[in-house]
Amino acid sequence: MSMIDPADVLAEAGPDPMPEPWDNRRTATMSLPLRPAQSTIVPGDSLTGRSLAAVVAIMTFLAALTTGAVIMVVNAATDWQSDVGREVTIQVRPVSGRNIENDVNAAVAIARASNGIADVRAYTKEESEKLVEPWLGSGLALGDLPIPRMIVIKLAPGPAPDFVGLRKTLATQVPSATLDDHRGWIDRMRTMATAAVAAGLGILVLVVAVTILSVTFATRGAMATNRPIVEVLHYVGATDGFIAGQFQRHFLMLGLKGGLIGGGGALLLFGIITAVDAWLAGTASGDEAAALFGNPSIGLAGFGAIFGQILLMAAVTALTSRHTVNETLKSID
Amino acid sequence: MIRFENVGLRYGLGPEVLRDLNFGIDSHSFQFLTGPSGAGKTSLLRLLFLTLRPTRGLISMFDHDTASLNKDGRATLRRRIGIVFQDFRLLDHLTTYENVSLPLRVFGKDEATYRAEVVELLHWVGLGERIDALPPILSGGEKQRAAIARAVIARPQLLLADEPTGNVDPNLGQRLLRLFIELNKSGTAVVIATHDIALMDEYDARRLVLHEGRLHVYD
Repeated sequence: MSMIDPADVLAEAGPDPMPEPWDNRRTATMSLPLRPAQSTIVPGDSLTGRSLAAVVAIMTFLAALTTGAVIMVVNAATDWQSDVGREVTIQVRPVSGRNIENDVNAAVAIARASNGIADVRAYTKEESEKLVEPWLGSGLALGDLPIPRMIVIKLAPGPAPDFVGLRKTLATQVPSATLDDHRGWIDRMRTMATAAVAAGLGILVLVVAVTILSVTFATRGAMATNRPIVEVLHYVGATDGFIAGQFQRHFLMLGLKGGLIGGGGALLLFGIITAVDAWLAGTASGDEAAALFGNPSIGLAGFGAIFGQILLMAAVTALTSRHTVNETLKSID
Repeated sequence: MIRFENVGLRYGLGPEVLRDLNFGIDSHSFQFLTGPSGAGKTSLLRLLFLTLRPTRGLISMFDHDTASLNKDGRATLRRRIGIVFQDFRLLDHLTTYENVSLPLRVFGKDEATYRAEVVELLHWVGLGERIDALPPILSGGEKQRAAIARAVIARPQLLLADEPTGNVDPNLGQRLLRLFIELNKSGTAVVIATHDIALMDEYDARRLVLHEGRLHVYD
């Protein structure tokens, strides 16, 4: 049987010789050039893909900044409470018939004898008078006034001292002395810190929710342009799992790319802030910054949380694409 | 190979667009599906391609009751059917070679096992010089041949073509018809949906005529 090339039949009109049936056995004799790697079924570099990566990058960056800010607020609030809670004071009032110097010394001795005390320092008479200057003014002869004396007690790390026992001992041995453990102030500070942390977490939840919604809608938008691909794959016999897998992989990579750019940018920013803070530590400007903003480092947990957000964004894009593919397939079938 | 028994189809709560279809398609057969516009040719093709389900009746394909198949089962059965769309439906970001080999790639075959076969088929349909061309730069006839090649690369038992000559000139239409005839000779059953009377007069084949939702078969 003679071999007629069907291409000739298709190429031009004229006499219509029938082509031989297609038979791939002839391919054994064909020389085949090496072919480049096949393109991905889902187009790798498209305008919608780049736009989606940009949206993911920007939203991840904003969410990461919010996370870092909340972590800083939490750290600062914890530091405030810790600083205030590490100090208590004993106030010794001048009482007629009692020697205030003896009472101060007795109170210092009682405090030093208690467990969990790191340091006890009694303010001198002059230092105590200076404490009331802001209210009474300077240049006055305060020597005749009954100025109370302050004893500042620094607590040792670890379990808190037995304040109830200390208060009882003071009451029996130094009746003019009262212990102030700043409970009221700490409670107010704790309430304020808790409110600040709750507000920060609330904002973080909103930002993450907005990020997820933005990424979801951007993914759906990008998927809309891929509907013809979904249809063709469906028509050539691809299973739903195969089609969804192709898109899920593609969008997972897009989400990771965007997340790494945005989250990586935020991580770099916090890394620079931490490095600058360490560099300025101990300097006057560093102390001022620390007083104003607290510790700017977000710590390992913060870096971990931001890395988690990168993965979350990638997962959101991948799952949204899968969901959209399944919806498209439902509408086709 | 395929059998329709009392098949009816309606969209939503509308009237039946296809009524009491009783016919079969044998293996190695060749038939034209024709009828006026809106007669339901595309709907019938979609029933044959398992992208629509009948509202009543029984469709048996390759010894399977299609009503009992799940989605993956329908996808697997669809691999035994090739379809050529009027608008080609080639993927613009894939080359002619990649478009034609897409079904085999989807079936999970290694490219080394089908590369020669795809190149051979592309030469066979006259696209040997357009292997690496992207669809946007192909002519209408070339796109149509690429679409046909994609439909037959997996050696389907049934080939469906929806108005395959609708977008090409009569000369090319005749040449495409000869291509379908040759594919039929190689063992594939062919159903060509068309309202091109001249095309049908070119080849003496069975005619399935849809009129007002009913099918009339002229063997």
